[in-house]
Amino acid sequence: MLKIGYAHYEALRAHGEETYPHECCGVLLGIASTDGNHVRELVRAGNTRTDSLHNRYNIAPEELVAIQRKARKLGFDIVGFYHSHPDHPAMWSSTDFAEAHWTGCSYVITSVEKGTAKVTNSFLLTGTGEEDKKFADEPVEIEMKESETAMQQRGTA
Amino acid sequence: MNIHIPTPLRAYTGGEPTVSVPGSTVGDALEQLTGAYPALRQHLYTGDGKLRSFVNIYLNDDDIRYLPAKDATPAKESDELTIIPSIAGGD
Repeated sequence: MLKIGYAHYEALRAHGEETYPHECCGVLLGIASTDGNHVRELVRAGNTRTDSLHNRYNIAPEELVAIQRKARKLGFDIVGFYHSHPDHPAMWSSTDFAEAHWTGCSYVITSVEKGTAKVTNSFLLTGTGEEDKKFADEPVEIEMKESETAMQQRGTA
Repeated sequence: MNIHIPTPLRAYTGGEPTVSVPGSTVGDALEQLTGAYPALRQHLYTGDGKLRSFVNIYLNDDDIRYLPAKDATPAKESDELTIIPSIAGGD
């Protein structure tokens, strides 16, 4: 289970719209517990794949080191990552799987169709390492504050 | 010096996010780490002892692959090593 606040959920989807038609990427900081990965902070990252920005992403390791340092200062861990699939389904690809190495972490993918964020899915990388890793569909629980619930109800009324 | 362990590898350090080891070089420190936590070795190195391609190790802000002396680089007690697997993908 991935538990994420409404504001963070919307922010990662908005990031995919901003970078369209290129892929966006970022890191989820929070707390991993027995009932799932709880997101407490979202960190946008740069995509270094300038050769193929529309269908590849890579976060520079030096940026990850800085993000991990920030997480430690906040008392959080890296609990997941997010990226967008411009004009492509919100499903993990063979590239996503081959390049996934953070077992226990959530990999969130948002499909962005013609500039608008559509479906957001999360996949938990399970296993003990490269030999037995697998992506498992992971339910997403969006945590809403009262003010956000009221805002959404007004928006849909 | 302190070695920071990424979340997926903490299963092999007894859950410890940071491990403190002695060592006068980066290589010494990593040997101490894998000596204390042998199960970690296969997740960091290939069968022939090379660092796995997706594993990055930083001495403070420098990737050890690009340091002139690589893992023979001298390290001080106050230095920090960070193990950070790569993040990439795409559709």
